[in-house]
Amino acid sequence: MESEARTTVQSASGALAHLGFDQSSRPPAGAPGLRSSVVGAPSAVTGEMLADLRRSESDLRRFLHGLPGVDQVGAEARAASLGTRSIKTSAKLWALEMAVSMVDLTTLEGADTPGKVLSLCAKARRPDPGDASVPPVAAVCIYPDLVTVAKRALVGSGVKVASVATAFPSGRASLAVKLADVRDAVVAGADEVDMVIDRGAFLSGRYGLVLEEVQAVKEACGQAHLKVILETGELATYDNVRRAGYLAMVGGADFIKTSTGKVSPAATLPVALVMLEAVRDFAELTGALVGVKVAGGIRSAKDAIRYLVIVNETVGEAWLDPSLFRFGASSLLNDLLRQRSKQLSGVYAGSEDFSIE
Amino acid sequence: MSDERLAVRKTYKLYIGGAFPRSESGRSYVVVGSDGAFLANAAQGSRKDVRDAVVAARKAQPRWAGATAYNRGQVLYRVAEMLDSRRSQFAEAVASSEGTSQEEAAASVDAAVDRWVWYAGWSDKVAQVAGSSNPVAGPFFNFSVPEPTGVVGVVAPQASSLLGLVSVLAPVLLTGNTAVVIASETRPLPAVTLAEVLATSDLPGGVVNLITGRVAELAPVLAAHRDVDALDLAGAPASLLVELERAAVTNVKRVLRPGAAESDWTEAPTPRRMLAFLETKTVWHPIGL
Amino acid sequence: MTKSYPDHKSEGAAGAELARRDDATEARKRADAPGQPSPVEESGQLVAADRPDQVAFEYAPAPESRSVVHLQPSYGLFIDGAFVEPVDGNAYKTENPATEEVLAEIAAAGLEDVDRAVEVAGRAQKEVWGPMPGAERAKYLFRVARIMQERSRELAVLESLDNGKPIRESRDVDVPLAAAHFFYYAGWADKLDYAGFGPHPAPIGVAGQVIPWNFPLMMAAWKLAPALAAGNTCVLKPASTTPLSALLLAEIIQQADLPPGVVNVITGAGSLAGAALVAHPGIDKVAFTGSTEVGKDLQRALAGTGKHLTLELGGKAANIVFEDAPLDQAIEGIVNGIFFNQGEVCCAGSRLLVQESIADTVVERLKRRLATLRVGDPLDKNTDLGAINNAAQLEKIRELSDAGEAEGAIRWSPSCTLPSKGYWFAPTVFTNVSQVHRIAQEEIFGPVLSVLTFRTPEEAVAKANNTVYGLSAGVWTEKGSRILWMAGQLRAGVVWANSFNRFDPTSPFGGYRESGFGREGGRQGLGAYLDV
Repeated sequence: MESEARTTVQSASGALAHLGFDQSSRPPAGAPGLRSSVVGAPSAVTGEMLADLRRSESDLRRFLHGLPGVDQVGAEARAASLGTRSIKTSAKLWALEMAVSMVDLTTLEGADTPGKVLSLCAKARRPDPGDASVPPVAAVCIYPDLVTVAKRALVGSGVKVASVATAFPSGRASLAVKLADVRDAVVAGADEVDMVIDRGAFLSGRYGLVLEEVQAVKEACGQAHLKVILETGELATYDNVRRAGYLAMVGGADFIKTSTGKVSPAATLPVALVMLEAVRDFAELTGALVGVKVAGGIRSAKDAIRYLVIVNETVGEAWLDPSLFRFGASSLLNDLLRQRSKQLSGVYAGSEDFSIE
Repeated sequence: MSDERLAVRKTYKLYIGGAFPRSESGRSYVVVGSDGAFLANAAQGSRKDVRDAVVAARKAQPRWAGATAYNRGQVLYRVAEMLDSRRSQFAEAVASSEGTSQEEAAASVDAAVDRWVWYAGWSDKVAQVAGSSNPVAGPFFNFSVPEPTGVVGVVAPQASSLLGLVSVLAPVLLTGNTAVVIASETRPLPAVTLAEVLATSDLPGGVVNLITGRVAELAPVLAAHRDVDALDLAGAPASLLVELERAAVTNVKRVLRPGAAESDWTEAPTPRRMLAFLETKTVWHPIGL
Repeated sequence: MTKSYPDHKSEGAAGAELARRDDATEARKRADAPGQPSPVEESGQLVAADRPDQVAFEYAPAPESRSVVHLQPSYGLFIDGAFVEPVDGNAYKTENPATEEVLAEIAAAGLEDVDRAVEVAGRAQKEVWGPMPGAERAKYLFRVARIMQERSRELAVLESLDNGKPIRESRDVDVPLAAAHFFYYAGWADKLDYAGFGPHPAPIGVAGQVIPWNFPLMMAAWKLAPALAAGNTCVLKPASTTPLSALLLAEIIQQADLPPGVVNVITGAGSLAGAALVAHPGIDKVAFTGSTEVGKDLQRALAGTGKHLTLELGGKAANIVFEDAPLDQAIEGIVNGIFFNQGEVCCAGSRLLVQESIADTVVERLKRRLATLRVGDPLDKNTDLGAINNAAQLEKIRELSDAGEAEGAIRWSPSCTLPSKGYWFAPTVFTNVSQVHRIAQEEIFGPVLSVLTFRTPEEAVAKANNTVYGLSAGVWTEKGSRILWMAGQLRAGVVWANSFNRFDPTSPFGGYRESGFGREGGRQGLGAYLDV
């Protein structure tokens, strides 16, 4: 199970539970190896320091503002350059199938019904009825009040149920309401919870509040995995994205996620690059491997492959796995299947060749 | 039975936001050639059409100004390529509108294309000529950059139906401004043909908007419009000039007055028409450790 | 660097996963296109070599097709609008440095050929090109720019074949910039009165232009475009190892119908054709880009002749990284600074000056980043680092790298299998370098970075300026005033702040001191070709 596979940072106890390796975690490929003392990192982070960050808002602010800045032009140029990688033939097929296995097949509409969710789940467990070798997706992503329906529909499939929570998408509600939202999802059986951070608190500098909420939600999640949505489109700058990402990770996130998909811009290649760099650096500082989910606006297989290239060349192979990288998407899935079928058959697929959800 | 093929006659519409609508007023007016013969029913634009055009021009302006100078130059140069390939069509439009001979019309069209090329080549140079770094007496880096003023209202020349039009329109565009053009009242056909070329070029919709109709009706609307940043009065009738300049005061428009008589558009231009629609932004930054 | 794939999943799921991957592998084998893998693919790829099963993200070969290029078996000189056999010269062969395959036979101009080229250029300048209205010269140059854009793929592939640089760079940098240079200067041809050189500035006459092998097409454009816009005619001598793109450019100039004699291309040896060209009395202006050593020879040869001269020579640029730099982008800037074009760049950031407080972290991150640099077939679209252009240069790089080791610097390269044929050098980083070391003073012109440290901005400036060169510098810091202060202090013709290796036809480029004099690009670039 994924929860054993990665070290996670424990909250509150003041000590890092897993620093270094347990047998099922490993350092990011390409990194010179994790060390418990950090060589030349922007600020060395031990278990004690993490506890300090959680206790003291001013320490937290100093830490976040002390992180190296992100030059927008440089970051975008790097992402664009990685986007020119030419992924063909066997590599393309591998990437397409990997991407399918990383999809969180999503429906987050006011008009969602049990019928819609049943249909989604059927697609999730068997994306291509005509081809059993297509892997199932990683998870479905839905609103909390439909978790029960989804759990039943996905029994025995290995597909996880991820629920949004915490007054998704705006996050504008009291902590009590947000936690109740989380508990509903968890009680109904959600394997994963996608929360939103309080962007208002973040943008007004109340980092401590943002952190407390992440920690509280993490606790309410119990065994469920926590993805923390940064809503990068509202954070506006890459510096903010980096800081919010760190905030979420210090707070115990298992995944950091770009967007709710309800605000534009949502996921972009440079935003993903910045988040993957943060995750890489955090792993080096603390030993914790945090995943990244890109969500919103990813419709084409070509884009999905570009994201995988960025993962590959930023954090390395370890993250090329559904336990550490996800695509939050709906129409992407069929484009992946279309491109896959073109790779295998040499012929372009028709518009009705794949089922809608 | 006539040997001559029956022509499919063109409808002359307005050009707003990249599309060709009729006037919202439903009016049209007769355009005749210099010999008095019927040429076309042109749309007779109204104040509401002007209003819509300004909205379109404003909407398109940030993106056009935000394109690189290189990109604007490429777009404009390609327009010149398209104009050049349609020389005979334009020559006919100019000849019938202005009553010139075919040779004179062709020469006028050639000059118009060359004029457009001259201006297209300025887009990535005007900042180097009009901008500067300034040696202030203190530890500051100080630089001045020219920036487009925004939406420019243009009253196109009345007599020179293509060369004059191009001479007033191209400098507005290369500098990153967008335009609302009132075409020559009696000779609008080359302008509408130009709009057709622009619509099929890489120029984004809304960067150029063209209204045909009565200048006396339309120019005051443009002059008084508070979302128009500058006004080119090249083709404004002399009797209206003072009124238009006064109307422009409402939002302190930059006004470019016409020459003493309508300019001899064949004369080589100066940077005047570009500088008229550029603001200068000067930035200071300390120099230190 | 590469590790075995972890199994996060439970037994049953893992078994299913492996079975699925086996099926997928079979499907992949079926799906593999019949296109041939590039000859250097197996040995050239850095990442995920020798993997038993494809569990990692291996990029399959993505070769750009050579078929867009139509290589002739032999090429003549381009004189007076036609390709002609040399009169008193002979021929030599140009090869693909990635494979040592012969590409074509090239004419080597002799003294009479040079003579003829200069003569026709002189006549064309006096009778045709000089008197021509600027607006017409402009239209010719616009045509050249447009045709270059139309034939861009052909030019890019040809450039990679002849030079060894990755297709991604020739496609995305060299060719677009070359076309843009023509486009920019075309627009100046009829606006010279506004260029700031006084009213009605006149051309100089005939320009003799000698260019290097590192950016063959781009250097040709940088030389020809401003010269022609200003009303001069040109005799261009491309580098002997990279004549092909200049010859294709000559073909494009023919297609654009430029009057004969306005542009002439004489291929051949620098020591013969090049020397004869610059010494020729019919040449009024010499423009040279190349090594400082040869530049000095040229300056000596021209002393007292009254010929106008501009030189663009070598460099040993400092790329200065402060502790408050945007770190990830700075790493990219360092990599780009020294490995772009295999480091065969006059303005390469060949000295990393890193603030001592972050030196370890920067070097660590740099090494990690270099593990994803792909060395291999220049025609593979995923290649980052191509071949060294010629055997002589490879030897120089080796010699200086060995010297670096001998003088006590610590040498490191990412693990990397180089092809057996062709001229290859692994990306190399030297740490523990001091100012006194040869590898800190001498231009290597290869993918070799020397890392030094500094403590304060003044020390960074002192070290950066402690060189006879002065072409370029990089400054990485988030503090605006420091960027401007550094820019003011650095003795370099180009300062890149939070960036590196950025070029634009509107942006003047050229050096201080022994990196040469004169500027190319921008309004200032016209100055070299006007008689003012």
